Amino acid sequence: MITTQTEFRAALLDPTRAAPAGVRNPGGAQATKRFDVYRNNVAAGLTDALETAFPVVDKLVGNEFFRAMAGLYLRAHPPHNPLLMYYGADMPAFLTAFEPAQTVPYLPDVARVELALRHSYHAADATPIAPDSLAALAPDTLPHVTFGFAPSVFVIPSAYPLHSIWWANTHGGDIAKTAQPVLITRPEFDPAVDALTPPQADVMIQLMAGIPLGKALKHGGAGFDLGPLLGLLLSRNALISLKT
Amino acid sequence: MMFDAAPNSLPPRPGVGYKAKHFNDIMANAGPVGWLEIHAENYMGMGGRPLAQLRHLSGKFPFSVHGVGLSIGGEGRLDADHLVRLKTLCDWLNPASFSEHLAWSSHDNAFLNDLLPLPYTAKTVLRVADHIDQVQSSLGRQMLLENPSSYLEFAESDMSETNFLAEIAARTGCGLLLDVNNVFVSATNLGYSPQGYIDAYPLEHVGEIHLGGHDEDADETGAPLLIDSHGAEVVDPVWALLDYTLAKSGPKPLLIEWDTDVPAWSVLVEETKRADAALRVLA
Repeated sequence: MITTQTEFRAALLDPTRAAPAGVRNPGGAQATKRFDVYRNNVAAGLTDALETAFPVVDKLVGNEFFRAMAGLYLRAHPPHNPLLMYYGADMPAFLTAFEPAQTVPYLPDVARVELALRHSYHAADATPIAPDSLAALAPDTLPHVTFGFAPSVFVIPSAYPLHSIWWANTHGGDIAKTAQPVLITRPEFDPAVDALTPPQADVMIQLMAGIPLGKALKHGGAGFDLGPLLGLLLSRNALISLKT
Repeated sequence: MMFDAAPNSLPPRPGVGYKAKHFNDIMANAGPVGWLEIHAENYMGMGGRPLAQLRHLSGKFPFSVHGVGLSIGGEGRLDADHLVRLKTLCDWLNPASFSEHLAWSSHDNAFLNDLLPLPYTAKTVLRVADHIDQVQSSLGRQMLLENPSSYLEFAESDMSETNFLAEIAARTGCGLLLDVNNVFVSATNLGYSPQGYIDAYPLEHVGEIHLGGHDEDADETGAPLLIDSHGAEVVDPVWALLDYTLAKSGPKPLLIEWDTDVPAWSVLVEETKRADAALRVLA
């Protein structure tokens, strides 16, 4: 009696199925509880991986809810490779569609922050530009400048006070009243999480797409002040090149 | 295909599974630890702290790269992208040893994050040997193959695990990683003698020995069911099985594996002292 890995895998991920007929206890009886060891290892291992990846989502929904939801997620979206540090890429879309989580509408954005934090942590090292390299440019060249960003830099746009939601659940504090997109950078080894205004996030998205500064600034609206954003990017070692 | 590159070169001393939280302890005082092992997949990012720590440590210690995700026992083809990742890591770190498991973990584009069992037959020998040939030629290194912890048997198996491993080593020129905790777990679960397993095992191919902890449970008939956990101290019967093995094999690199509920560095050092003592009585 042959047990295929297709049969083994199907039974692993579906607890309502019987164990494959070809797996045995010592002595020859059909294995049941012994097969469950593998079932438990797979479900618990991937659930733990998701818990590690999404601690704030976990905190917001409660651990019992999170582990039940993770059980559904891992069956619908098993990892496609062994790099579990990146597991969970489909979580924002899953949360958007997951009916029982609709009472917490900002969960998908929180999940995006948590995914970006892990990508930032493992991103390639890069050497930042000198803080005075912008000041050295002739003023009439500034609108034509394009920036190169460290691979650890991410912007998470949001219609919610996302930064203060994340911060309140990791460090404490109050939730802001207005939209707060998030900027993730990695000054050295630990990612930093900062709040952006919606216009700053709009400008950042343009700059990260390689749009020259003059054109990108138009997305910030009238009266946009580049100074605070630029200061933040320089202090976080987020810029690695500039071209005119 | 026999692989004839230089065999692995870990020293016959105690080593530990490296955890990032122990970085400062290890740099300050490594105790009897003579080498470190990493799980390859945890170091497949592009940069940041994990690779920076390895850069520091690799100047001080020989490394063993231990893969947990290649699915060498899989029915399908090896994941070519994953082989490239392993090669990139090994070329960069230049470890003293590379090892993987006699198990499968991926099927149909899903990575299941567990070391799943395979039947031992003439057909699976060919499949595993093909995969090992591919690994050794891709990496340009000899690999060590580790025996699994088993909880059940396959009706179709018609070879012992020890004969299976001997056949694989003979066909591919790979070395073997003997996990004596896995031997104890499998022997208890499947009702054979762990010493008998060691007697039948091709010890001449062993390049490394693993020691770890396990959990205790029972199956539906009340028979003991031990579960490999890497989350506790090595138990006395496993230390005794190590002594039995070393008396026959001579000194080998000994790894303390502790992957869940990772304890303070001082607890790991106590385990490595015991491993060190087991090696010293041979001298």
